[in-house]
Amino acid sequence: MKNPEVELKLPVIPDIELTATKTAEVISKHMSLSEEKTGEISMAIIESCINAFEHSKTKEIYIHFIVSDDKLTVKVIDHGKGFDKSKVEIPNIENKLKSERKRGWGLQLVAELMDTVEYDSDESGTTVTMTKKKEGNE
Amino acid sequence: MSDSIKNVEEKNGVVVISTNGYFNNIAGDAVLEVFNEKMESGSKKFLIDMSDSKVVNSIGVSILIEIIEKLQGVDGKMAFTNLAGIVEKTFNIMGITKYCEVYESIDAGVEKLA
Repeated sequence: MKNPEVELKLPVIPDIELTATKTAEVISKHMSLSEEKTGEISMAIIESCINAFEHSKTKEIYIHFIVSDDKLTVKVIDHGKGFDKSKVEIPNIENKLKSERKRGWGLQLVAELMDTVEYDSDESGTTVTMTKKKEGNE
Repeated sequence: MSDSIKNVEEKNGVVVISTNGYFNNIAGDAVLEVFNEKMESGSKKFLIDMSDSKVVNSIGVSILIEIIEKLQGVDGKMAFTNLAGIVEKTFNIMGITKYCEVYESIDAGVEKLA
């Protein structure tokens, strides 16, 4: 199959996000993506899953991998309570070193690691849609 | 010792902590526990060997920021070695590498830190 779609349903259990990274590795290999891009996709998925687990307060999340000729699209979907991205502070280490809260890096990492990222969130859930182009940016 | 820690040894006054597996909150806390024990006994130089931790998450890495903060208070140093490409990139994005050097091997790290 040239352009497959893969869907995962993940229960919220410790380290289950690694299941999604294994799937990402197989799909990246199918697309002949570089090791660097594969690592970036996997890390972005890990962070998106963790955000969904922590903030959605749901028991499961869904991950869709959509392969096209020029890019991989990954959607991380939860049916939780949603969040307001505009209220998420952009982190920097100088502030984090002074702060009690060292965490809060997920959105920043995903933004830096993927080519595009969009958040669609309301009280019925959140969908993170992120893409990685097959060529360029290396 | 935690499953997340493969080995802890001292070389030329440098505490070398080798991690094992997914570097998540559990692994981060395990490194912090070793760090706290060694710091209480006077150690100020730490090298984290991540040759067996090719996957990290930001929660685990955030715990390393706590270690950097503690070391700043005692003029100590932490460095890393054997980082996978994506782990080093993650450290760059989070700013960890502004405060910690990355070395190609344990020996190179110990030589520079000692």
